[in-house]
Amino acid sequence: MSRLAVEISEAGYGPVTVLRDVELEVPEGGRLVILGANGAGKTSILRTISGLCRVSGSIRWGDAELVGAPPYRVAAAGIAHVPQGRGTFGDLTVRENLLVGGATRQRRTALADADRWLERFPRLGERASRAASGLSGGEQQLLAIARALMSAPRLLLLDEPSLGLAPKITVELFATLDELCAETGTAMLLVEQNAELALGIAEQAVILESGRITIRGPAAELRDNDDVRRAYLGV
Amino acid sequence: MLLQQLADGVATGAIYGALALAIVLVYRASRTLNFAQGELALLGAYVSWQLVAWGVPIWAAVIVSMAALAVLSVAAEKVLVRPLVKRHQALPLIIVTLGLMIAINALIGWAWTYQTKEVPPLFGSGTIDLLGVAVSRQDVGIVLTVLAVAIGLGILFEYTPLGLRMRAAISNPESAELSGISTGRTMSIGWAIAGGVGALAGTLIAPELFLHPGMMAPVLIYAFAAATLGGLDSPPGALVGGIVVGVVENLAGTYLPHGSDFKQVVALVIIVGVLLLRPQGIFGRREVVRV
Repeated sequence: MSRLAVEISEAGYGPVTVLRDVELEVPEGGRLVILGANGAGKTSILRTISGLCRVSGSIRWGDAELVGAPPYRVAAAGIAHVPQGRGTFGDLTVRENLLVGGATRQRRTALADADRWLERFPRLGERASRAASGLSGGEQQLLAIARALMSAPRLLLLDEPSLGLAPKITVELFATLDELCAETGTAMLLVEQNAELALGIAEQAVILESGRITIRGPAAELRDNDDVRRAYLGV
Repeated sequence: MLLQQLADGVATGAIYGALALAIVLVYRASRTLNFAQGELALLGAYVSWQLVAWGVPIWAAVIVSMAALAVLSVAAEKVLVRPLVKRHQALPLIIVTLGLMIAINALIGWAWTYQTKEVPPLFGSGTIDLLGVAVSRQDVGIVLTVLAVAIGLGILFEYTPLGLRMRAAISNPESAELSGISTGRTMSIGWAIAGGVGALAGTLIAPELFLHPGMMAPVLIYAFAAATLGGLDSPPGALVGGIVVGVVENLAGTYLPHGSDFKQVVALVIIVGVLLLRPQGIFGRREVVRV
């Protein structure tokens, strides 16, 4: 079983501590969203899981301990991370971007999978041999997600996929994301500013304030919570 | 006369190009200029010479030397370079490569003395007639070898999974790590290839320049000019730049008054000119700064 259990007692960058006593869990195939203001430490949680931060505590992934593992080992263990902004390789072609995502898998499987994605998303397929930097923001985000799924992960870490995208594109992207993860049973740990959309596709949610979790519960409940609505849904 | 000069220029230019290629590979891998690249190539030439002196045939000596320098380059990268790359200390990093340059040079002088040694030409002596120009077999061999190495590396980078990993690690190191690619390993491979190519270049040029501890210093200057001209992040640019520098250097040496005294000025003029007019070089990519 691939279940993620995070118990961070402290994490940060160099001398700066960003997170304190953060505990969260993503069950097999589950979906958790992390909400919070800018600078609350949402991104740092994802980066800590992927091995990009200094951390004390424990991050269990199935039977394995991830604390101390370099990022490429975390990725090879089945956790794909779509970082904030452009997670794409700008000077590689669209197809090459996908193949990089499949770097941990057999060459033949990766080639077949890349073709599958290019067929599924014609906007990417048409530009398969062009540099990824020429894609629009929405297409790049889609490519970054497809690239992450190329590794056939059991858990997808997504850092603000809506960043810089038009609202209509964001809605489409979330629908696609929902569909893809449902198809493959991939678990999702999502960091998002757009609380309305995020709570719509998540099962569980936590709210992070100044590096600590202050509220947690089922996504549907948080959606109806007056404090949450006022702070994060703008109503 | 002119054709003869051109032919000579292309041959030495191919060597500058090969060393420039090593510089570019390291620059792409670690974003630093390795000032020790010339001395590493020199060490490669000495290893070849030593093996030949022990009775090993020259072609086998070159292969062993390339392998030895590849290993040594990786060791230097892991011990001296990577800790500084991790802490983003660009200036100390350059100082470290300068220190390495001086250390290797002193070590060579200590181990093999400062007396000139003779390395046999890999492709034998004698000349070949090319369009009425007598070109030495060694020069033809040099150009073909460097060309073969360049094409081989081009295929490696563009068409193999390893090449794709290396390009991904250069394009976006963090996303590459997050995709399961060990950027530490791709960096080491870049240094290893650079070390091997450098050893080849050093061994190929040694018969002409005569092997002594000061042999690679001028070659390194020309190689830097070549890499600057071609673009510091472009392997094909390094080769083209090398050949241009080699040809211009030869023509200047022959046709300018007091040319042979000013040959090295040519390299300097090229470096300064490129940096003023087109800092990214002919084939280089302009660094995009995102605000």
